[in-house]
Amino acid sequence: MRKYVPKDNVQAKAYYTDRFWVSPRVPRNAVEEGTHFADVVKTLGAQCKEAYIVDAQLVVHIDAPENFKVIKKLKEQCGYTQCSEQSAVDYLAQDGEFELFWQLLNIDEAKRIRVTTRIKQGDAIESIEKLYRSANFAERELFDMFGIKVNNHPLLKRILMPDDWEGHPLLKTYPLQGDDFASWYEVDKIFGKEYRDIIGPELRDPAMIDRYDTKRFARIGYEVPFGEEYTEEEQQPVEYSETFMVDYNKSSETLDERK
Amino acid sequence: MAQHQVNYASTAGLPIALTSVDKLVNWGRTNSLWPLTYGLACCAIEMMASGAARFDFDRFGVIFRASPRQADVMILAGTLSKKHAEFARRLYDQMTEPKWVISMGSCANTGGMFNTYATVQGVDRIIPVDMYLPGCAPRPETLQYAMMMLQKKIRKYPADFKKYPIQDLTNQKGPRKVRLI
Repeated sequence: MRKYVPKDNVQAKAYYTDRFWVSPRVPRNAVEEGTHFADVVKTLGAQCKEAYIVDAQLVVHIDAPENFKVIKKLKEQCGYTQCSEQSAVDYLAQDGEFELFWQLLNIDEAKRIRVTTRIKQGDAIESIEKLYRSANFAERELFDMFGIKVNNHPLLKRILMPDDWEGHPLLKTYPLQGDDFASWYEVDKIFGKEYRDIIGPELRDPAMIDRYDTKRFARIGYEVPFGEEYTEEEQQPVEYSETFMVDYNKSSETLDERK
Repeated sequence: MAQHQVNYASTAGLPIALTSVDKLVNWGRTNSLWPLTYGLACCAIEMMASGAARFDFDRFGVIFRASPRQADVMILAGTLSKKHAEFARRLYDQMTEPKWVISMGSCANTGGMFNTYATVQGVDRIIPVDMYLPGCAPRPETLQYAMMMLQKKIRKYPADFKKYPIQDLTNQKGPRKVRLI
């Protein structure tokens, strides 16, 4: 039998209040003895603060200052020759920290490892670009999107956003539709700030119809000449019309009244 | 060259067609609209298809040029990011007058589904647009139809582009009214 859920007042209540999607916790399994991952944990020794297996991947928690040493060990002693992904997760709101992760791949063993660590906002991390060339762009993106500085990186500058951009867009505090700087960026850059009044703010609702703008829209219910002006008296709200309304609640024997 | 049979009886015996300079110049312009090879996103695939053999833009005299100095039409095909807006405007400025702009697809028209911090919300914020194509992405037929409409528009106006009526699409009562979300 299906589980009973009380249905009273279910629509009035917000069933989900968290602003961001919180993924369900994936089961964490212990590292079994005698496996490849057990050897890796043994190799890392005290540098490994916590280790468990999620979705057949080893997750290793380390201290942030030791990231270069740990990843070098994993590359040279454990055969993790590829760094496939590297980024961060913004947990500033709940913990005041970033979670950084490096996703490493061992092609001989067909195994993957995730090395994670946590750093405070404003702290820098050591670059692993000398171990993996692919980390170059990943670290630049890390800096671009989160503002996390990477020490000893050959060229740490923004990679996706323009060089003169303000803010780091993947922070959860960054507004999705952009802050004031972002919304005027192209106008300021091309025409200058004095053109803001002429061009106007961004139109964020493409379905918006301005009834009194006769240059781009026809007035609802009327034929209007192009560019005709309206006085304030004429700007009446749209009258509620029942002419085009169909009352679906009205009971009738036949669906089509013409028959 | 095609051989025309001249009916000497109907044209007073002379192979003459009377027209105005405006019409002659516009006839030349409309039948050789050269767009800039400038694809921004997936709409560019449809734009390339329009230029290829199946849809054959060449029969309209539309030949894509790789330099803004040789182009008269800019087809903004795709999402214009804020980082790229500066360069799009520079290419537009480098084109010689007279020049026309076609905004192709939802993203170029309004920002489309990219209601985000990094996308220009309509290319008409930075470049004056003559023709807006709806669609995501518009079919090559739509682009060809737009080009025909643009030809029609060009034929309506005097050949001297300085006499073009200036289209002011900003609202007369101050800046654009915007409903804030």
